[in-house]
Amino acid sequence: MKGVTKKLLELVSDLVGDPKGAFNIREDGQCAGRQSTENIQINTKKDQPGIDIIVQPDTKGETIYIPACITHSDVDDLVYNDFYIGDGAEVTIVAGCGVHTEGEESSQHNGVHRFFIGKNARVLYLEKHIGIGEGTGKRIINPKTYVEIEDGGYMEMNSTQIEGVDSTNRFTKAALKQRAKLVVKEKIMTHDDQTAETNFEVDLNGEDSGADLISRSVAKDRSRQMFRSRINGNTRCTGHSECDAIIMDQGVVSAIPELTANHVDSALIHEAAIGKIAGEQLIKLMTLGLTDEQAEAKIIEGFLK
Amino acid sequence: MLELQNISVCVESSREILKNINFTLDDSKFIVITGPNGGGKSTLAKVIAGILPPTSGKILLDGKDITNSSITERAKLGIGFAFQQPVRFKGITVRDLITLAAGVPLEESQARSYLRDVGLCAREYIDREVNASLSGGEMKRIEIAMVMARKTKLTIFDEPEAGIDLWSFQNLINVFKQLRSEIQGTVLIISHQERILDIADEIIVLSGGEVTARGAKNGILPELLRIDGECNFCCEEAKLS
Repeated sequence: MKGVTKKLLELVSDLVGDPKGAFNIREDGQCAGRQSTENIQINTKKDQPGIDIIVQPDTKGETIYIPACITHSDVDDLVYNDFYIGDGAEVTIVAGCGVHTEGEESSQHNGVHRFFIGKNARVLYLEKHIGIGEGTGKRIINPKTYVEIEDGGYMEMNSTQIEGVDSTNRFTKAALKQRAKLVVKEKIMTHDDQTAETNFEVDLNGEDSGADLISRSVAKDRSRQMFRSRINGNTRCTGHSECDAIIMDQGVVSAIPELTANHVDSALIHEAAIGKIAGEQLIKLMTLGLTDEQAEAKIIEGFLK
Repeated sequence: MLELQNISVCVESSREILKNINFTLDDSKFIVITGPNGGGKSTLAKVIAGILPPTSGKILLDGKDITNSSITERAKLGIGFAFQQPVRFKGITVRDLITLAAGVPLEESQARSYLRDVGLCAREYIDREVNASLSGGEMKRIEIAMVMARKTKLTIFDEPEAGIDLWSFQNLINVFKQLRSEIQGTVLIISHQERILDIADEIIVLSGGEVTARGAKNGILPELLRIDGECNFCCEEAKLS
């Protein structure tokens, strides 16, 4: 494994050395390390690049690491990873992607993830995106995620993209059955001329299913972000989406919610608040002895925490 | 010692909010500024904290001219300010704010003790976000806990009694006493409340942007109070409390 990969792994998944338990490390489109466990099998796909991750029913408390790293310019990586989470299993999946460019050519990682979450299974999915390196080549990450949650299943997706990714286009589509829940917490900070676009589409098909999509973002310099959320309430269900954004400099953020209640008992809410840092927040922290810059940094740090 | 020399604040180029204010606040005093709503009290507090620049005049702190000093510089020189309407933050916790206020990493027990002093269950509140989920009264107490953690030589409270109706007044007064005994600092409170006026060393009456009376509690308070014991300047809620 390359030194850059080690550094990226630390950044995206807090990993130092090989993790315990099941893992698959992807480096420049190749497998740089893999381990299955008794309850979690990781297999190479036969028909396309990527892996199948199979979690046995009732597996409890295991963590699966599946980070992907791109270590240099001019890499175009496309991967299909499918997760089959058995009924009653409770696992944490640490994904994440780091892109390093040292030259003028762009590099990109396009990860297509599909989750099939069994009855009453619970998944915590942690994903961090980062771009590093001195190169002028664009660092591009475009994740596509498809989620199907069976009766009583639960998935929480925490995704974070704080710096260095020039362009990202995220698409997430989910379908939920009875009593299934999906919680998405997204944090994005863009700077310079970066762009970030997020699209969520959730079908609440089962009675008493629920979705909560929460986005917190900061757009600095000339960066642009777009947050689209589409929730379809097709039965008795609850859906909530929230876009909370701070804009600075010439940053631009758009929030485009779409709620469709196809059933009289579907309760859907969207909230969006976009604006600069409130002057009174800066003043308050300055009365505690922080400088203008320190106050701004503290407010953003808290906002994206 | 804080000294205000000929402080005036004008807005819209003509209307004067503060008119030629002159006074000196000695160290280790408990001073209450009172007066009718719109009389310029909050404006004066903001001028002292550096939030609002005066149109003319000088402010001296321990003999040093701080008129052009920023909010941050004044905070570092030892001016603490509890806002009338505390500010909410998404993602920043009570612990974060109290630690920032203290300016040094705090022992867990110390951070918690500030919350206990303002009548909040420390365990319940210390890791809560200072966001819209907190009530006005809770925010007010956290604001007071912050200035206690700051331990500044001059602490300004802008109407600390507002919104803390469920918390006994005696506790609030104990906080002021504690602040004074621990830090030996000056406490400047803007208040309409008779019970706060009653513990002042000195009362300054600010009305129409001018100091209309100033002196020891015993001299000023009787004049401010009606025969039935109500303060002339109290808002209706304060009279009822």
